[in-house]
Amino acid sequence: MGWKQKQILKAILVIFVIAISVASFWHSGINLGLDLAGGTHVVLEAQDTGSREVDAQTMTALNRIIERRVNQLGLSEPRIQRSGDRRLIVELPAVDNPDRAIEVIGRTAQLTFRDDDGEVLMTGEHLVDARSEYDQMYRNPVINFQLDDVGARRFQQITQAMIGEPMQIYLDDEWLYTGTVESAISDRGQIRGFGSLEEAEEIAILLREGALPVPLSIEESRTVGPTLGQVSIDQSLRAGALGLLFVGIAMVALYKLPGLIATLTLGIYGMLVIGLLAGLQAVLTLPGIAGLILSIGMAVDANIIIFERIKEELRFGKTLRASVESGFRRAMTAIIDANITTLITALILAYFTVGTVRGFAVTLIIGIFASMFCALIITRILIDFAYDFKVLKGGHNFVGARR
Amino acid sequence: MNFDFVGNRKIWFTVSIVLIVVGILFLGIRGLNLGIDFQGGSLIEFKFDERVSLDEFRNVLAGVDLDDEGAVVQPSDQEDIYGIMLRTRALTPEESQELTAALRAEFAGVEQLRADTVWPTIGEELTWRALLALVVASLIIIVYISIRFEPKYAFAALLAVLHDVLIVVGFFALVFREINTPFVAGLLTIIGYSINDTIVIFDRIRENKKFKRHKDYKELLNASIIANLPRSINTSLTTLLCVTTIFLFGGVTIKTFMLTLLVGFFAGTYSSIFIASPFLLTIEEKIPALRSKEA
Repeated sequence: MGWKQKQILKAILVIFVIAISVASFWHSGINLGLDLAGGTHVVLEAQDTGSREVDAQTMTALNRIIERRVNQLGLSEPRIQRSGDRRLIVELPAVDNPDRAIEVIGRTAQLTFRDDDGEVLMTGEHLVDARSEYDQMYRNPVINFQLDDVGARRFQQITQAMIGEPMQIYLDDEWLYTGTVESAISDRGQIRGFGSLEEAEEIAILLREGALPVPLSIEESRTVGPTLGQVSIDQSLRAGALGLLFVGIAMVALYKLPGLIATLTLGIYGMLVIGLLAGLQAVLTLPGIAGLILSIGMAVDANIIIFERIKEELRFGKTLRASVESGFRRAMTAIIDANITTLITALILAYFTVGTVRGFAVTLIIGIFASMFCALIITRILIDFAYDFKVLKGGHNFVGARR
Repeated sequence: MNFDFVGNRKIWFTVSIVLIVVGILFLGIRGLNLGIDFQGGSLIEFKFDERVSLDEFRNVLAGVDLDDEGAVVQPSDQEDIYGIMLRTRALTPEESQELTAALRAEFAGVEQLRADTVWPTIGEELTWRALLALVVASLIIIVYISIRFEPKYAFAALLAVLHDVLIVVGFFALVFREINTPFVAGLLTIIGYSINDTIVIFDRIRENKKFKRHKDYKELLNASIIANLPRSINTSLTTLLCVTTIFLFGGVTIKTFMLTLLVGFFAGTYSSIFIASPFLLTIEEKIPALRSKEA
């Protein structure tokens, strides 16, 4: 392969990397974590009960019910994931009343019919449908519910025996309504006494989608309002850009043309990381940015190691071509060993931890691959270009090297 | 340049030990200012359309029976807004709603900027998991460095990491700044930086050893540190420049994180030059089991 073809191939590789990254970003965009974009993050833990221990089956059922509840509440783009053996993480972007949403989602929602002494007569397990409506006669918000065959038979027996007596309806420990049984009821009943149709609808959703098989406790909830999310993104992005600008200026001041090349490489590194994050659909959180900062630091360090090595080789009196060649080769082992050691830490963190720390580890892994690729391949190609087009000169460009 | 980094190691070790002991003393006396991520609790920040005094806020708090003993009300650290921050025990969603409703009844334009509630168990678990991960990572790193270099390099590198972590933790005990999960992320970043910084010097030692140009191990170490000095200086300069900029101009949410990095990067650069490499000679002299076969 001739000199020219090689040059063209290298140029194509660089342009290809940039193009793929930009396309990936264009196509999928970056998923910002709730700490950056605003939203609510809730960690729920399933609790054992006397009659049921939490197992995989319970978790699947919980997951399904919670998912349906969230969807029924009309919340946009919810994310629900299992975490460990007994936890669920629910993420809701931008909710009007996050506390209310958390309350509704995490509720056990066991419906019970009780007699005057509070004795449970029947639970809501036989309920097949529940709708919130305005009552035909009094225009009050009510829930009309329907029972299955088994439920209808039992309800008939119970209500038959209670004609003229009051029956209480509870949702978990919350009293909903007490009504006098007027006649035997079989498959259709009504719960009254709601303050608003919204309130009735919320409870209807809970009844319709069924009670949770075991209670959930809220372990953690974090809400970032849209205002704060935007402010912290803006401020931190501005500061980050300023920081990178200073790094660029420092690199140019320290290493002249190669420094400029390193800055250019950092730009490509930035695009590559954004492209990878978008392509892998990773979620960028604040700790994730921490991982990126570390990998940027390592990318800059890699360039500095290479340039210092080239300077040393020049000092030994080698030609520029030979110095670039052996400078890269000698810097290689240091860069690879340093990156692999950090990579080991990141991989283990990603495997063992969840949430915050995992976010850090995942972006660090992405960042390390991007930074190694940029330092060892992109910088090399650009330096070679500079050399081939005769803009790279020994002593002049590498300040400090003895001419 | 001719400077005896290794020969003067007792001085560097003493400096570090003094700093670490001071940190541990503060850690023992006062402990760390653990935030809700570790201890559990609620942190809610409200924004208002008009200035609301802390007393007015406390009155509303008392109105809904949430003026517990541990509750702290303070002005928000966000600029350009009328904000108040409440730290208290972990509130249930019901309690939190009640408070917001009560505030809305009293003041105009009430908005929850953020509301974090953590129950104590999960914070503890996060810390333990991260610690477990670090122990496992340390073991694998010892194996990796032992294969690529020699076992003593692994111990020296981990000593430097431990040094940096202790310095940073001690610093936060000293200034008693509140720490949350970003602090953990910061510590992890420092560990990565410290290993990176140290390995690069070790790589130079490994390379120089092959040339057998140096009359003894001490001279080899000194020469390698000195050869790597321009890189150490330039790298610290650029990274510190970047971190300082973000620390000064970034949002409040990342201030603690950036401070962790700032202190840690200083410690990391120092330890790779003054602790890790000189410690190699200490191992060489004091621990025969880890001595190089041909030094």
